Order: sequence, then structure tokens, then C-alpha cells
Amino acid sequence: MLVFIVRRVIISFFILLAATFVMYLLTANSGNPLGDLQESRAPNREALIEARIRLLNLDTPAPLRYFIWLKGAAGCLVPFALECDLGQSIQGQDVSALLGVAFTQTLQLVVAATVLAMILGITVGIVTALRQYSGLDYTVTFSAFLFFSLPIFWVAVLLKEYGAIRFNDWLADPTVPITVAVVLGAISALFWMIVIAGDRNRRITTFVAAFVASAGALWLLSETQWFADPGLGVVVIAVTAVGLAFLTTAVVAGFTYRNVLYSALASAAVGIVCHFALGPVLDDPSSLTILLLALVTVGVGVGIGYALGGLQRRQAIQAAVFTGLGTGALLFLDRLLGAWDSYSDRVNGRVIATIGARTPNFEGTFWEEGLDRATHLVLPTIAIVLISFATYTRYTRSSMLEVLNQDYVRTARSKGLAERGVIVKHAFRNAMIPITTLMAFDFAGVLSGAVITENVFGWTGLGRLFTDSLRAVDPNPVMGFFLIAGTAAVVFNMLADIAYAFLDPRIRLS
Amino acid sequence: MSNPTTPDPGPVPAADAATDAQGMTVVARTQAQMVRRRFFRHRAAMGGLIALVLIVLLAFSSIGFASVPGWWDKDYFSIATVENGGRPTLSVVPTWLGGSGMHLGEHPFGQDNVGKDYFALTMRGVQQSLTIAFIVGLVGTVIGTLIGATAGYFRGRIEAVLMRFTDVMITIPLLVVAAVLGRRYGDSGIVVLGLVIGLVTWTGLARLVRGEFLSLREKEFVEAARAAGTSARRIIVKHMLPNIVGVIIVAATLAIAAAILLEAALSFLGFGVQDPDTSLGKLISTYQTAFSTRPWLFWFPGVFIIAIALSVNFIGDGLRDAFDPRQNRVRD
Repeated sequence: MLVFIVRRVIISFFILLAATFVMYLLTANSGNPLGDLQESRAPNREALIEARIRLLNLDTPAPLRYFIWLKGAAGCLVPFALECDLGQSIQGQDVSALLGVAFTQTLQLVVAATVLAMILGITVGIVTALRQYSGLDYTVTFSAFLFFSLPIFWVAVLLKEYGAIRFNDWLADPTVPITVAVVLGAISALFWMIVIAGDRNRRITTFVAAFVASAGALWLLSETQWFADPGLGVVVIAVTAVGLAFLTTAVVAGFTYRNVLYSALASAAVGIVCHFALGPVLDDPSSLTILLLALVTVGVGVGIGYALGGLQRRQAIQAAVFTGLGTGALLFLDRLLGAWDSYSDRVNGRVIATIGARTPNFEGTFWEEGLDRATHLVLPTIAIVLISFATYTRYTRSSMLEVLNQDYVRTARSKGLAERGVIVKHAFRNAMIPITTLMAFDFAGVLSGAVITENVFGWTGLGRLFTDSLRAVDPNPVMGFFLIAGTAAVVFNMLADIAYAFLDPRIRLS
Repeated sequence: MSNPTTPDPGPVPAADAATDAQGMTVVARTQAQMVRRRFFRHRAAMGGLIALVLIVLLAFSSIGFASVPGWWDKDYFSIATVENGGRPTLSVVPTWLGGSGMHLGEHPFGQDNVGKDYFALTMRGVQQSLTIAFIVGLVGTVIGTLIGATAGYFRGRIEAVLMRFTDVMITIPLLVVAAVLGRRYGDSGIVVLGLVIGLVTWTGLARLVRGEFLSLREKEFVEAARAAGTSARRIIVKHMLPNIVGVIIVAATLAIAAAILLEAALSFLGFGVQDPDTSLGKLISTYQTAFSTRPWLFWFPGVFIIAIALSVNFIGDGLRDAFDPRQNRVRD
């Protein structure tokens, strides 16, 4: 194993080296770096051209210029000892500094979106595999194909128009007309009918129940002006937390043994108590406080599970921790929405933003700033999730179907194991093995920035840095960008191989 | 599946009339016939195929191509006066439903801000995008197959060199290298653009083909061909490639679907098709800011991109099912 890793690292290093060379030549030859100056009418044109030639060493042929760049970049391999010099951009800015700023922006943009896409895609993929050839399966398959064929920039423009501009207009007078409530209720009812399925009676019951619930809820929310000042309130939090407790228990252990359910419920109860108890602490906390609270939540969850778990201690701890974190997230969301009113006033009602990562010069409480980030993130996140969601659903579905046809799944069923155990323990774990590769690739791609999304939504992340520099035929920032993207690709590729061998003992590394 | 496990040797003898009456007659079909049959029964794929053919016919017959004139009386470069704010005159709601009747009108897709006929522009965009995607798919498939087959068949040093080269190319994200190439070759015309992008999209297929070849070359029939003194070229082309033609065709189809979106993305970023020519991605890029005032400039090219990509993806899915009966979704 160790030999394999060392060999892989060495090979990967040389591959990356060769790739940077190719990339440098391509970029350097992609256009005329002096184009804008040669067309300019500035009186000191000659001097400017001369200065740029000197700055970018343009009098050296591109292959040799690569080695100048490499010499500087080699310093990055030995942190602290040598100076990390990735050259300067066409404007004379230090590329390392540019990269640092862009990288943080990209991370903020893509990490949450990718994780969300993974969770959603895998969940939906499993459900469709369990309901093969059902209405749900066909609907999801068709949607996956549709999302797969959507140009992300096209979706992004639509999102900006309908998700932000029109939505903000609507927020000025947030009432849902009764016809809209009926139509949305019908759509939601159809959705639930397809998801829950069953025989005709059950379908009709589901449809009616979902219709009444959704249309009624919309009407109620509209009447009480909820959209003008949204929030969850303690009742919603309590009901959702209890629901969450049942859900985690169902997934983690099932309801055969009550200890697990009791631990999860206790965890949810503690969360609800905290809603009242933590009032003053949460008025304007720092990020550190939130992090500490999350850690405390995990600790309390472990404690509850340990105390109440009995023979199912491990599952009880898992259920309690997940329920606790979920309830914590609900409380967080509630507080965030609590800042909605004051935030909306401060940005003149344009709550959902279309451009950038933050409102310029915006300062407020922790919750207001958090809401500011969230409202800037929501549209690009939807755009990214839509596209990668499709891939995950398709892969998970086919992988899960393949596993469900295996002999060991039939054995598990025939020995009388409950369906939950078969799915969660025997099928799911094995179905996830091929998905790890996909995840690794996806994360590698994500780190190189969402080139198109960043351009459409005006985020100054890595992808934007790349396109802007490429337009100016500016090789150093492009190479800096590629260094991150390429390293991520190589490293995650390797991690995928190692993880694969670790998860599937049949694969031997050699 | 009711595929014949043992092919019937000839016409059904009269003695089999009993089984025939039960509808259990076994008809001999060749591999190609079975694939075709499965494909034609795949409803989504057939829908995709019909939609794609219609789009291609519409795009190439309406405004014509090269020097062949089309039936549409306007072209995509003439500037005219903007009538009625450039609104589309296309109407599909019949009069008895309260619409204005079904007619095309003067400018079915409207006009852009200098009065160019937007239908002609969109059709031109479809032509360009399809051409680029087709060239990219073709070039990528040919190169990928060649490299994968050579590496998988010869193994040894050739394989090491080729696969390391593939690894190097795979390290560079596709959009990135395509953008760099598009920046350089975008104004050299769409054929050149398609060719250079095709030069970098073969990596996945090369790995796939190599993998298939690694297992195929150990099979007895290859051994036999080699023992008979067949040349390496002939073994690869005549004996081995036909065995994985399904994999290659499926990959080629999906590559074309991906290339449509790639071209659109590049043109959107400004690294693809350049003025004065146009493509679907470029149209969207040009008119994205006009969305709130003249949304049709944005909708029509977008709908065509999605329609093309979706139909090609469906065709690819149908082909995969047709070539790989294990993952069958259509019964036959």
C-alpha cells in the first residue's frame, strides 16, 4: 500500500509537471499579450509596451519563459524555506495574493453547493432505485436528463430574473393569490402522490391530503404576512425536530428497539429547550460561539446516546448526535430568518442578490451578515446543484440497482433481515463504492472553480480569475489557477484510487 | 427477453405450427438486427432521434448552407428596420382558443436590436453549434479509439507512454484547455475550432477503449488470429474493434451531447465562435442582458440548445441499452 502511494505520488508529480508545461505553452500562444497596448492611443505607448515586455519577460521565447516561471513556482513546494513566487499579472499584481483571495471566494461558493448536490443526488438516486420503473423513477430519470442537458449559464440567467428580480418585486407586497395557491398546491400534491405511490385509494388520499396541506399552508402564510417577516417559531421547530428524531432513528436503527428512538427524542427535546435557554447567547454571537455550540451539541448527543442507549449504544449515539445537529441547524435557520426584516430594510427590499458574494460595505450583527451571505449564495448554489445533482442521481441509481441484484442481498433478505437492514447495511454501503470515485472527481473539479457560474453571478473566484486573465493573454494568473486545479485533479484522483482499494478489498493495488 | 439463445437454422418447418400458434416461434436475428430492434423500441431514444432529425432539417433547409439557398426568405446578416419592437410574430394558439391563429408571420422569432431576422440567426446558430459538436465528437472519438486501441493492444512501452500522455491531458480540466484553445483559434472558423477542441476531448474514451482491449486481447479468437499470422493492424481493425463498436458509438453520441454544451459555454465566455459568425451560446451571451426587455432573444437559442442536447442524450441512452442488453429497460 505504502509503495503504491509513494509511486503514485512520484508519477503524479511528473504528470503535473508535464501538464503545466503544456498549459503554459498553450496559454502563452493563445493570443497577443500586447494587443490592447498596440491599439491604444496613449502618448507613452512605446514605453508601456516596453514595460510590459520587461514585466512578463516577453522577449524570451515561451518554452524558456516556462522555466523562469517554474523556478519561482518551485519555491512553493518548500513552504517557509523558499519564497513562493508565481510571477506577476499583467497589471503587476502578485499572483499568489490574487490566488489567495480568489480561492477563498471559490471555496465559499462551491463547497456547500457540492455537498448539497451529493446528499440530494444520492438520496434521490437510492429512492428511485428502490422504486424502479415507478412514476417517480421515470419523472426523476427524465428530469436528470433535462438537467444534464441544461446549459448552466442559461439556467443562471433565468434564476437571476425569476429567483431574484421578480421575487424581490413580489416581496414588496408578498401575498399569494388564491389561484396561485391552488395551482402550487396541486403541483405539490402531484409530487407527493408520485413519491408515496401505492394503490389507487392511497394515491387519492395522498393527493387530497397534500393538496389541502400545501394550499392551506400557502394561504395561511400569505394571510399572516409571513413572507414579509419569515421565521420558524417554536411550534414548527418542535414538530420538525421530533420528525427528524423519527427519521434518523428509522435510518440508523429502525424502531424494533425503543432505546434509540428515546435517545433521539431526548436530543430533540434538549434542542428545543435550548431555543429558550440560549436566547441572550445567540443575540449576536461570533462564529466561534456557533462552532463551540456545535461541538457541545455533539458532546451532549454522545452523552444522551451513552446514557439511554442500552444495548444499542452505538446506534443511539449516532441517532442522538444527528438529531441534535439537525435541531441545532433549525435553531440557526430560525435566528437567521429572524434577521430578515431588518436586513430587508437595509438593502431596500432587494433581498435575493444577483451579483457578487456580499453587499459592499455591509456591516451588521452576526445574523444580518450571515443572511447577507446566504442570500448571495442561494442562486449560484441552486444553479450548481441542478447540474451536478443529475449526475449523482443517475450514478447512484444504477450502482444501487446493480447491488440490489447481487446474491448477498438476496441472502440477506432470505435470512429474514428487515428491509431497512438490507438497504442500509448491505446494499447502500456497497453501492457507495463506485460513487466515491465520482465524488473525488467532483471535488477536484469544484476546487478549480465554477468557471461559468462565477462569471454569470459576478463572483471573483478562481474561475473568474482564469477567464479574465485568459482574455488578457496573461499567463501567470492562468498558471496559478491551473496549479490549483491540476493539483486538485491529481491529488483527488489518487485519493479516489486509494479509497477504492480501501473500500473494496477485492481490489489489490500493485 | 425472448431473444433466441439458439438461432433457428432456416424457415419455420410445418411441424412447428403448434409452437407458432402459441407465438413462440424463434426467429434468427443477427447481432446488428437485435441492436437495431432494441434501439427502435426505445421510446425516448426514438423521440430524441425524430426531434434531432427535425431540428437538423429545419436548420439546414431554412436558411440554406454553403451556397445552397433555403426556403426562408431572410438571412442572418442583413440589417432591417425593427418592426413592432422586434417582437416575435410566431403564433401557435389557434383562433378558436382565443389566440391569433397559427402563422409564422414576418419574423417568427422576432428581430434583434439592429433588425436582423432572429429566426435566421437562430437557425445559423443551430447549424454552427451542430457542426462544431459533430466535428468535436468525431475527432475525439477517432483519436480516443486509436490511442486506446494501440495502448491496449501493444502494451509495454507504447502503452506506458500513451497512457501517461492521457494522464497529462486529463489533468487539465476540459473547459480550461478548450477555453485556451478557443481563445487562440476562435476566429479561424468553426471547422478549425471544432478540430482543435476535438484534439483534447478524447481522454475518457481512450481509457475506456484501452480497458476493453486489455481484456479482449487475452481472448482465444485474438490468439488464433495472431497464430495465423494476421498483422497487428488487421487484428485491431477486423477482429477487436467490432467487438467494442457499441461502447464507442455510445461514447461518441454522449461526446456530441457534451460538445454542444461545451461549445455553448465557450461561446458564452467569449472563447468560442467569434464575430461576425454566430452560435447558440454566443446568441445567449450577447442577449442575456436583454432578458427583461426582449426575452425572446434569450429563449429561442436556449430552447434549441436544450432540445438538441436532450435528444442526443436520449439517443445515447437508447444506444447504450441497445448495445448492452444487461441493462435493458425495454423488453423485446
